[in-house]
Amino acid sequence: MDRFVFLTIDGLSRGAVYAAFALALVLIWRAARVVNFAQGAMAVAAAYVAYTVSAQTGSYWLGFVVAIVAGLLLGALVDRAVMRYVDHTSPLNPVIVALGLVLLIQAVLGMVYGSEFRPAEAPFSRSALTVGGLAVLSPYDLFVFATIGVVVVGLAWIFARTAVGLRMRAAAFAPEVSRLLGVNVGGMLTLGWALASGVGALAAMLVIPTELGLHPHAMDLVFVSAFTAAVVGGLDSPPGAVVGGLVVGLLLSYVSGYAGSDLTPLAVLVLLLAVLLVRPGGLFAPVAARRV
Amino acid sequence: MSAQDLLVVRGLVAGYGAAPVLQAIDLTVPAGTIAAVVGANGAGKTTLLRALSGMIRPAAGQVLLAGEDLRGTPVEKLVRRGMAHVPEGRGVINELTVDENLRLGGLWRRDRADAGRALTEVYELFEPLARRRRHLGHQLSGGERQMLALGRALVARPRLLLLDEPSLGLAPRVVARTMALLRQLRDRTGLTVLLVEQNVRSALAVADQGVVMALGRVVIAAPADKLRDDVELRHAYLGF
Repeated sequence: MDRFVFLTIDGLSRGAVYAAFALALVLIWRAARVVNFAQGAMAVAAAYVAYTVSAQTGSYWLGFVVAIVAGLLLGALVDRAVMRYVDHTSPLNPVIVALGLVLLIQAVLGMVYGSEFRPAEAPFSRSALTVGGLAVLSPYDLFVFATIGVVVVGLAWIFARTAVGLRMRAAAFAPEVSRLLGVNVGGMLTLGWALASGVGALAAMLVIPTELGLHPHAMDLVFVSAFTAAVVGGLDSPPGAVVGGLVVGLLLSYVSGYAGSDLTPLAVLVLLLAVLLVRPGGLFAPVAARRV
Repeated sequence: MSAQDLLVVRGLVAGYGAAPVLQAIDLTVPAGTIAAVVGANGAGKTTLLRALSGMIRPAAGQVLLAGEDLRGTPVEKLVRRGMAHVPEGRGVINELTVDENLRLGGLWRRDRADAGRALTEVYELFEPLARRRRHLGHQLSGGERQMLALGRALVARPRLLLLDEPSLGLAPRVVARTMALLRQLRDRTGLTVLLVEQNVRSALAVADQGVVMALGRVVIAAPADKLRDDVELRHAYLGF
């Protein structure tokens, strides 16, 4: 029982990060119909910037904020300088370009910072508090849950309640009509990239201290899990991404806890395959709109 | 060009790719009037509207809105100049609610108070929309979608309204109501309308000016009642 509780909480904590990362993928998919395979590498780049700032100033929190800002800017840059010029008629083109971007970013990070693991500090203790003899949440887990909760609620609020959110949705669903109604569709696209990349950077900041440390490839496996989470939820659905992230987190935690950690990459692929075979639109696939 | 001419088009050439669809279009729409562009399929009517609102870049020619040259103005800025374009198929965004679709039409406006007033007016004008505020675009009937698209354009308080085939797929009663509404808006608010229609009779019934297009050219522009009632003209240009 102890073990189950521990694995569940650990799974939810990792799942929350996957959820945020999957949410970032969904944001870009909805805005630009691109699966951003470069998101992991972009997030690591932002985390390296944070690492540099924290090392120079000694302040974790300054680095944390800088990571998010760097993520936002990097997202806007990738859209404006790269993706804007990619021919989107074939869905393969942006995918190939994104993969190229991964190689580029990881190579540059390797040249600048070297490819050894750098220790990444956690701002709170990672040892679990015990309640009634049962090891439950660590303060760091609480921090992760709270941060991602704020991000999810914040994004939902932006999209559902604000004028800019309405513009972003309209621009994604009907770019041509939106332009006729005075929406700067290109600007909304850039904003979508920036937001997604900012969320990705935040997720990287949260997950890297729980792993081996900072490395140009630190987010590769997280990306695979988050991508699975996004597909599980249906690439079009932000709530689906959150639920998918938690599902993947729990699954990986149980598999590694009960069956051995070697099996986790396999478990992710099996889940991905199962969802694609049984329900390719994802668990939260929206009802297809009637075209009149 | 007189001061009352809201829209002046001179020598407009535009199309998709090498062969232009529009070949030197000349057109003048005085302020506070309704102009109906009619013609067969493939005459270039929709292309004309798309060129006017900048959706396709004209290869040559000039488009003046209240004397201002619109060349190089991005599509999303045109609504700020007072031009609203309701596209063919009407462009209701299915994934958004009625209220969101309508609000979108006025989001660009600085004068938030007046944007709110315009929204209220549209709800008063189209009572069925008020009852379906929270419904998604794809849940509406054809007539309601038409109201929504028209209402959404009106929220911007345009000077010039470009309407592409408002009668497409609608019951005659709904078409008649729409045409009557355009007249009413022209008389009450001085709205100028450029209307593209296949439904020649109902378009000419409501319009002040009739413009007949064929193969990318304007073959005749005449007062609508003359075009409608002069048997010879009708035979020659409209084929009925």
